Amino acid sequence: MSQVVTPTATAPVARTPRRDIGLKKRYAAERRFRAYGIAALSFGLIFLFVLLWSVVSKGYTAFQQTGVTLAVEFSEKIIDPQNQRASNPQVLLTANYPVMARNALANALGVAQNDRAKQKELGQMLSDGVRSQLRDMVVADPSIIGTTKTVTLLAAGDIDSAFKGQINLSVPQENRKVSDQQVGWMNKLAEAGALAKHFNTGIFFNGASSRAEASGVGVALIGSFYMMLIVLVLSLPIGVAASIYLEEFAPKNRFTDLIEVNINNLAAVPSIVYGLLGLAVFINFMGLPRSASLVGGFVLTLMTLPTIIIATRAALKAVPPSIRAAALGLGASKMQTIFHHVLPLAMPGILTGTIIGLAHALGETAPLLLIGMVAFVANFPTTPMDPSTALPVQIYMWANEAERAFVERTSGAIIILLLFLIVMNVGAILLRRRFERRW
Amino acid sequence: MNMMTEAAVEKALDQRMNDLSYKMIGKDVSVYYGEKRALFDVNLNVRQNTVTALIGPSGCGKSTFLRTLNRMNDTIDSCRVTGRITLDGDDIYDPAIDVVELRARVGMVFQKPNPFPKSIYENISYGPRIHGLARSKTDMDQIVEASLQRAGLWNEVKDRLQESGTGLSGGQQQRLCIARAIAVSPEVILMDEPCSALDPIATAKVEELIHELRSNYTIVIVTHSMQQAARVSQRTAMFHLGQLVEENDTDKMFTNPDDQRTQDYIMGRFG
Repeated sequence: MSQVVTPTATAPVARTPRRDIGLKKRYAAERRFRAYGIAALSFGLIFLFVLLWSVVSKGYTAFQQTGVTLAVEFSEKIIDPQNQRASNPQVLLTANYPVMARNALANALGVAQNDRAKQKELGQMLSDGVRSQLRDMVVADPSIIGTTKTVTLLAAGDIDSAFKGQINLSVPQENRKVSDQQVGWMNKLAEAGALAKHFNTGIFFNGASSRAEASGVGVALIGSFYMMLIVLVLSLPIGVAASIYLEEFAPKNRFTDLIEVNINNLAAVPSIVYGLLGLAVFINFMGLPRSASLVGGFVLTLMTLPTIIIATRAALKAVPPSIRAAALGLGASKMQTIFHHVLPLAMPGILTGTIIGLAHALGETAPLLLIGMVAFVANFPTTPMDPSTALPVQIYMWANEAERAFVERTSGAIIILLLFLIVMNVGAILLRRRFERRW
Repeated sequence: MNMMTEAAVEKALDQRMNDLSYKMIGKDVSVYYGEKRALFDVNLNVRQNTVTALIGPSGCGKSTFLRTLNRMNDTIDSCRVTGRITLDGDDIYDPAIDVVELRARVGMVFQKPNPFPKSIYENISYGPRIHGLARSKTDMDQIVEASLQRAGLWNEVKDRLQESGTGLSGGQQQRLCIARAIAVSPEVILMDEPCSALDPIATAKVEELIHELRSNYTIVIVTHSMQQAARVSQRTAMFHLGQLVEENDTDKMFTNPDDQRTQDYIMGRFG
């Protein structure tokens, strides 16, 4: 009896196959999903690296500029042959400075003054920017006339490109912008140490110029700065006030529903439409000046507002209702509840939304084209009413230029723009950390 | 004849409303959430310096009634209250009554501890600050210390007043919320299941605290725990399906209730 019970009665009970609940399939699905995630992430990262690599590899040379250090004789014969500068200061402004620079170059290379063909080629090696460079020196201190000074002059854009190795010298001479003669001189000067690459401060401070070597994003930086300031000053208070009203005070009815739907739609409106709106309202109707960063700031404010309102409302909604109840239960008024408790807790979200909106506005080009900010502006704007450009517009304009030296500048300007965006995002993270409270 | 009795009832009611032993009086209180009626003509009086417990199964309207006492239902858009509720004889739904002032007089402690994500000191000082109760920093320090003392929390937190109130344990947080409520010197404290998120030891501390607070405050407490109602309250009101079933002395309520439904609920036959 017992030998029957033990093996047959207990063993089958213990070894009953467990119900199949599809564990294998579930885990396989999870593994597949993870693989998709990693694949998507890698895909994105690869594109990011390709983008950054292409921009940086093309653009890093823009931060170096070739200069020629020469002993320039500030000859009175060239600057002021009739010695009128005491009575007519205009003379100093109109003098033929490029000749002075060319002579200095000829001296350094031992080229005869009367060899006109060679002199012309020599002249092409220096930037036209030397005119203003030398003129500014003389105007600032007329006593240097008659002396010889060592000055570092900008090399012409093509020489700069050739020196950086960006021009293919195996192409026949007629088909490239630098002649063999110029390349020979360039190498000779380089060996002597006169021709060298320096850090390019000009790209940050110079205004627009048709000569690549003398152009920079200075005006665009000022324009972008003014616009960011205007966007921040207008859209943050307006956006936050609008969201607080809509979220906390406004009655929930059809009208506010309609407003909400419209705000969400406005966030998706193509930015160029805002440009058209700005053109029609701010320039044609209100008569504000074209190309002004004030108008640009207004247009970008309109564009940024929906983003800020949506982010702020989401941040306000995310504040736990128990905090509101606690404050109201203590006898705080609605306004006190919002400003003392809800708003500080929503601050990190609001700031993040604002900075994302600002970064979006900083990179926006299309609406600015329509309000005339795509302009050749060489003078620095002193007020937001003065004509200026913006960083992305400057990139757009440089990208349209054919010269090799502008190609690297385009990428250089993109790097500057990206740096600003990185700074803004880091700022957003730091601010968020600062304001974040845990509960 | 009928008119006479109506007038007599009205007169009796007025007299009762002026009776200072009743701190708050609710007469024919009904609450609607949109179309749904949550309370049906509740007549309930809250006695001075007494702990009144509101019991009943979930969804019976006891929390709703509690929240009508300091008009916290105002924050819900669809909510509508009819009937009369008085505090010391003044109708609290009268347009002349300011809801901010009412809530300063009728404080509230919530189900889940909800300290502000600020320091312990700021948690307590917030109420007195917005109501201008302290003239100086020393005044404020005194209020904070006294409130924490009364809530039995002072010895635990006196060395870390500047630390975040959210860093305390659950029971300490709830006592912080009680301290915060008494810092504005209310006359009535409403407690909405104050111990439901706490462990038995923290619960015991809060119950002890409620017991001590009774000498200075009128307390209305909603609870799901029969034992708690029996331990802390002197009067108990039983709600069921939005109606007040019975209101009685707690001792009588738990030994010999008048209503069969109360008996069944207390015995655990439903709810």
